[in-house]
Amino acid sequence: MESVGSIIMYWIIALSIVIFSVLTVTTRKILRAATYLLFTLFATAALYFKLDYEFLGAVQIAVYAGGIVVLFVFSILLTTHPGDNSEKLASRKRLLGFSAALVTLVVTGYALISRCANVFTRLPEMSTPDMSRIGEVLMGTGYGELLLPFEAISVLLLACIIGGVVVARKR
Amino acid sequence: MGTIIWYLIPALVMFCCGVYGFMTRRNMIAMLISLELMLNAVDINFVVFNRYLYPGQLDGMMFTLFAIAIAAAETALAIAIIINIYRSAKNIDVRDVTRMKF
Repeated sequence: MESVGSIIMYWIIALSIVIFSVLTVTTRKILRAATYLLFTLFATAALYFKLDYEFLGAVQIAVYAGGIVVLFVFSILLTTHPGDNSEKLASRKRLLGFSAALVTLVVTGYALISRCANVFTRLPEMSTPDMSRIGEVLMGTGYGELLLPFEAISVLLLACIIGGVVVARKR
Repeated sequence: MGTIIWYLIPALVMFCCGVYGFMTRRNMIAMLISLELMLNAVDINFVVFNRYLYPGQLDGMMFTLFAIAIAAAETALAIAIIINIYRSAKNIDVRDVTRMKF
């Protein structure tokens, strides 16, 4: 049996994920969409904290909320007038998008609820993975350890830096 | 409240919002924001399945860690491309981008 505080925290996190995701895609001011995205990412980080992955929650806040959203806000201010509303959607286009999202929701939700409603009914016990363990898994070369993907990511980031400079520089 | 489904449903709703936004938005940055929503929903699924199915192991968490890094790289590059398009086309509406080279 879970404590009342844990249940209240769960509902706050789940409701803010749902509400802010909907607001992100329905608001007509683009800067507000970026702000609602920030709140959605914070709620996701809170979900990671609740599931005992504290390092992952910290990374989510640092990289997403600290890096990507700032990048979004900068590029929005560079390319659009902040006060502008986006134009009203044609109803056909909106209907198309809405029905695609609804079909995805209904089909996947039905599959989930019919298959997964009664399995894994309680959170298994787990202590928070400590940093030395995370570091060993990330940098080790043994079975199931991830030095090669780590190096590949670093090369990818380097290529991304060079590509960004080349693409965005003034001719 | 402890069942796995309670964690998967918000992620599913988040993913569907991303699908809706990606299909209806015209502004390229708004489309990119919807894409981030979808990526984030997938990350939540990795973490939740890792937590419930293999609580002692770190595989799903590491997958999410790498997905976050790749999402950051992808966003930076996409924004560089969008700014370049803005420089030649003077707006970032997808309907105006019909030629790759100006």
